[in-house]
Amino acid sequence: MRRTRTPVAGVSPDLLVKDAARLLPDPARRQFLRQVGSLGALALLTGCDITDGPSAEKSLRKISEFNDWVQARLFNPNRLAPTYPDSAVTKPFPFNAYYAEAEAPDVDEERYRLIIDGLVANKQPWTLDALGALPQETQITRLVCVEGWSAIGKWTGVRLRTFLERIGADLSAKYVHFVCAEGYSSSIDMPTALHPQTQMTLAFDGQTLPTRLGFPLRIRIPTKLGFKNPKHVIGLTVLNNYTGGYWEDQGYNWFSGL
Amino acid sequence: MSMPQPSTSPRHELVHPLFVRITHWVNAIAVFIMLTSGWQIYNASPLFPFTFPPSLTLGGWLAGGLLWHFAAMWLFAANGLLYLLVGARTAHFRRKFLPLRPRDVVRDLSAALTGRLSHANLAVYNAVQKLCYVGVLVAGLIMVGSGLALWKPVQLNELAALFGGYEGARLVHFFAMLSIVLFLVIHVLMALIVPRSLRAMVLGR
Repeated sequence: MRRTRTPVAGVSPDLLVKDAARLLPDPARRQFLRQVGSLGALALLTGCDITDGPSAEKSLRKISEFNDWVQARLFNPNRLAPTYPDSAVTKPFPFNAYYAEAEAPDVDEERYRLIIDGLVANKQPWTLDALGALPQETQITRLVCVEGWSAIGKWTGVRLRTFLERIGADLSAKYVHFVCAEGYSSSIDMPTALHPQTQMTLAFDGQTLPTRLGFPLRIRIPTKLGFKNPKHVIGLTVLNNYTGGYWEDQGYNWFSGL
Repeated sequence: MSMPQPSTSPRHELVHPLFVRITHWVNAIAVFIMLTSGWQIYNASPLFPFTFPPSLTLGGWLAGGLLWHFAAMWLFAANGLLYLLVGARTAHFRRKFLPLRPRDVVRDLSAALTGRLSHANLAVYNAVQKLCYVGVLVAGLIMVGSGLALWKPVQLNELAALFGGYEGARLVHFFAMLSIVLFLVIHVLMALIVPRSLRAMVLGR
């Protein structure tokens, strides 16, 4: 439970630099249609314009938005993700992020405040103690990564729904957006936010959430892919505008429901 | 039930009806995209100790592969559904794929391997062809089923359970892919050996 001193609540300066660096387009990521030419796939698909990369990417993103719509309709708010026995928990639970494990942000638990914004009646920031005083629940569920692998974890925390009700959030709003200490962000649809298994996770496998898994607060959503389960969450906003997210803006499907 | 097997096809006889030719080539495009984008996705977290060469993958990186895969799935599914519906309604499947008897397969397979299998009449499938075409149809259905289970392991968790859960569905999806690739290798090879069959799949006869 050793937490080191950081200048600003929750944020390490190194990671802020890293965050700025990621705003520069990564050439490897930007060229996702360039390599396609080698396969002639675009020629097959459009019958003509191989060089028209950006417009093909635009079409693919349009279809991805259609897939968001389909998935929102497939989403059953009462359908629970399968749960598992204690013995099924994956040990060690894999670490996965766009940075190395050693670079995971060290959030100061004393200074930590969860900042609340948007369509919410009470925007008072929350301390960890206050979050810990809300009713806690434990779930043993499977995390499915966008890369394909999966792992089972034992997560304990507060139902996001309980929390949203507590702060007087407008539950008819469309989105809940999360920002993280390392500069990560993601947003989800309100029906998923209100799902009984969507959790503000404070503990993993009976211990305080370790840094590698998102200390002090992770949003655990067993009905969405792992990248929609943000770690080191320092801000929560309820809103009606689409805000995307770190990976979503780079091409991962936004809804990414399971 | 058994059909007469003419030894040669008259010039005017239609080998492949229009709906088969259209859905065949649309399927070729869809399968090409599904395979190459699927290999891109596989490479992000390989199930086995190998990856697919990047030159064979579509999308440039994982997100690109996923965008292609989840776009082409609609084409693959809609086209496949159209083929199954028309094929069932017009009795195309019954006429082309039945009867399918194991002893005919053994007979035709040994004839094929000793170079004595006739391809004179392209409109009538031999037993090995029937088995391959029915087999790849089943593989396609397993591909869709296991793919849906991977896409929606929570919403469709009964379906996922049928494949042994999420991780089971990954394995099934992989091996069904492998069987389709194996089919394609043989299929393309045979089309090259009997080029008239390629002409028939374009022009119908």
